[in-house]
Amino acid sequence: MFKWLHPYAKPETVYHLCGRLMPWLMGAALLLLLLGNIWGLAFTPPDYQQGDSYRIIHLHVPAAIMSMGTYSAMAIAAFIALVWQVKVAQWSVLAIAPIGAVYTAIALITGMAWGKPMWGTWWVWDARLTSELILLFLYLGVIALSGAFSDRQTGAKVASLLAVVGVINLPIIHFSVEWWNTLHQGASITKFAKPSIDPSMLWPLLISILAFKILMLALLCVRLRTAILVNEQHRPWVKAMAGD
Amino acid sequence: MYFQSWAEFWAMGGYGLFVWLSFGSSYVMLAALAWYSQYQHKQFKRQLSAKLAREKRLQQYQEQAH
Repeated sequence: MFKWLHPYAKPETVYHLCGRLMPWLMGAALLLLLLGNIWGLAFTPPDYQQGDSYRIIHLHVPAAIMSMGTYSAMAIAAFIALVWQVKVAQWSVLAIAPIGAVYTAIALITGMAWGKPMWGTWWVWDARLTSELILLFLYLGVIALSGAFSDRQTGAKVASLLAVVGVINLPIIHFSVEWWNTLHQGASITKFAKPSIDPSMLWPLLISILAFKILMLALLCVRLRTAILVNEQHRPWVKAMAGD
Repeated sequence: MYFQSWAEFWAMGGYGLFVWLSFGSSYVMLAALAWYSQYQHKQFKRQLSAKLAREKRLQQYQEQAH
């Protein structure tokens, strides 16, 4: 398998692969996001307790799930970069961090806009909200660290280290609603039990989650291509491509 | 459609402000990230071609000088 995978670590291959995949991923993400959100906004019944305010779930849950999913992807890339010194993995870490930061910000802001009418407050310092805020700071830390050194390689390495260490926050976020007393409600979808959410609301939600996932890949493609160009600008293949 | 009218849809059962605040800010942030990523890519490509063209001109000039 590694023999098959190895050519894909070559920057030039990744550059062209990303360029080919990007329009499809972006198109699919936009379509699915529109479908999931319009379905969730207009074609599902209101929640019996939360009325129409629950419709925020169609952004809040996908953004929150993918804020953690994106972090896992970034941490895996960081680990590969640190252990096996794969250059493309190293650049992926820095390319993916802003995407995760935006997803985390969306999860926090939509959560606040949901909390105000439901809990009576925009913000409480409880476990789920605080750990998600720390996730945002981890993303911002990775971005800031990577630019804090005059040598780009050193910055990227230190940022990867922070990304790997920060993984400890993921189980804390996930289990925070079980370990501590919290205002935040428990999970609506779980892998092991029947979802506590009605199927009519579940489908648009799953579509929106998929949309956020594909959108992350699409944005990663765009950002990784830029990173590859910046880092490989003195290589012949880049010169040949950009020269004419 | 679950709602009876557009007015009812925008009102979101009294939660309109919070629902549209969420969707509005989220779309703005996603669009900004997508636009900026694309802009960075194009910008760097432009700079790189300009730099390569400059190097090429310089090389031609030096060849002529000799």
